[in-house]
Amino acid sequence: MALTEPTTSSRRGIDFEALKARRGADIPGQIFYGVILAGVAVAFFMVGAVVWDVIDKSWVIVSDRFWNFLTSASSSDPAKAGVVQGIRGSLLIAGIVFLSFPIGISAAIYLEEYAEDNWASRLIQVTVRNLAGVPSIVYGLLGLAVFVQSLRGITGGSSVLAGGITIAVLVLPIVVITSAEAVRAVPASLREGAYGLGATKWEVIRTQIVPAAMPGILTGTVLAIGRALGEAAPLLVIGAVGWYTTGNNDFLDQLQGAFTALPMNITYFARDVAEIWSPHAAASSLVLLLLVFFVNLVAIVARARISKKLGR
Amino acid sequence: MHMTESEIRPITAAASTPVDDLEVLDEVFTVRDLNVYYADHRAVADVDLDVRERQITAFIGPSGCGKSTVLRCFNRMNDLIDIARVEGSVLYKGIDLYDPQVDPVAVRRRIGMVFQKPNPFPKSIYDNVAYGPRVGGMKGNLDDVVEQSLRSAGLWEEVKDRLGDSALGMSGGQQQRLCIARAIAVNPDVLLMDEPCSALDPIATGRIEELMKEIQSEYTIVIVTHNMQQAARVSDRTAFFTAELDEGTGQRRGKLVELDDTGTIFSNPADERTEAYVTGRFG
Repeated sequence: MALTEPTTSSRRGIDFEALKARRGADIPGQIFYGVILAGVAVAFFMVGAVVWDVIDKSWVIVSDRFWNFLTSASSSDPAKAGVVQGIRGSLLIAGIVFLSFPIGISAAIYLEEYAEDNWASRLIQVTVRNLAGVPSIVYGLLGLAVFVQSLRGITGGSSVLAGGITIAVLVLPIVVITSAEAVRAVPASLREGAYGLGATKWEVIRTQIVPAAMPGILTGTVLAIGRALGEAAPLLVIGAVGWYTTGNNDFLDQLQGAFTALPMNITYFARDVAEIWSPHAAASSLVLLLLVFFVNLVAIVARARISKKLGR
Repeated sequence: MHMTESEIRPITAAASTPVDDLEVLDEVFTVRDLNVYYADHRAVADVDLDVRERQITAFIGPSGCGKSTVLRCFNRMNDLIDIARVEGSVLYKGIDLYDPQVDPVAVRRRIGMVFQKPNPFPKSIYDNVAYGPRVGGMKGNLDDVVEQSLRSAGLWEEVKDRLGDSALGMSGGQQQRLCIARAIAVNPDVLLMDEPCSALDPIATGRIEELMKEIQSEYTIVIVTHNMQQAARVSDRTAFFTAELDEGTGQRRGKLVELDDTGTIFSNPADERTEAYVTGRFG
């Protein structure tokens, strides 16, 4: 009897029907597949709708004078107003946040590799997790009290320095948590292998743990920068302005003087009752989206390069 | 016995246990009253044993008998486990490894380890082998060290043209031989092998066993294995451990049943539990 010919009963007495695909056997599986597919479709649709809406509403500016919009300062003339001050403010904030990353990564390495597992370190871990969930406006109040008022001598009051430090404090818990998870995820076998060859703790951290955790750490920093670029509430509280016309003549003045940032630009453009400003709000949103996209792209490329170097 | 007699090596003051009843052989490790605890759980109880120079000593026994735990006392790897606590004395050529003045990093440079699962670093083949010498402060050209170590591990011919490739692209058996090469590269005195073949197929296992025989003239080797045939094939002496129930705590703890020449352990063991295990009636 040829094996290719299905029969109801084979030579070994197994019923062919027992192995035959049953119609409708895996209905729950099919439903699950449909549901997750629908979820993906909804997510894509939402993102697409937002991007489309922003481009559509800002098209007047984007098609006509996008570069001019990017490079012009604020103005009471809708045909001339731009967001260069907001871009500069957002980039300065991102720069200050970037400078705070070593603090967060160090804290994560300390918590995972050095801190003993006792009530104090557990309390710190729980606190850091809770801090990540504190509403950003509360950080704004902290920034107002500490960085704007108490440390006015250094920050110059409601400045980009005060704003940047406030946002850095705001995203630090995110950096600590994601970095700590990345460090924890480094396989024990790597540590053991390195210790087994007579590496010191510092050498194990420097040559094994940090490189292996780097992709995960980078993911956390991308999330943090994205969050930092988008925050408007704390900046409102500490007194960022929507636009300004004076000052910012030298570098120090840029750090300590009046400042704005892209989320502030969006807020002010969108709040204006005059319809003429709504394309500006959409165009500012587009700029912010592009900026976040660009930062993510840089980090993704960096992560891919590191991962390749690690041979994965 | 091909061992030669020699004088008893000096024992430091830290060693409190009497050693005058020892066989007078070149002992690399002398373990007395070793107890290892994980938190409150006594995982290894009252182990006395000795490991001789330029021999392969195999630790066999059922799961949970503490053989790996004892092995990890030899290069202080148990230090990495916060809750682990070691009592008793582990002498390495007369020096108490758990003396407060002993640096575990220095210990691990002389007493290398190969792990159960091949654990190459996510680096190139070359950098894997060069890792130990580099962290040991060796500067300059490591090509010779890398080549020599890979040759000793029987891997050179297979990888000499792709030293820059990631070690993660190698087969499991190659990875484990790379880990042996990596351990050899720091020029240790002892190699500890914790079930080095348990993740490998029989052919790769055979190559590792051949390799152990080849390097035996230069290194003292202690191997933990689940595979009794492997112990019988490669080792000079075999220690049989078992897990016994502690009536007081209800916990299982590892004990050494006996340590003897491998031939004796497998053909004429002194303890009936050993006989039951090696003949397959238990475990």
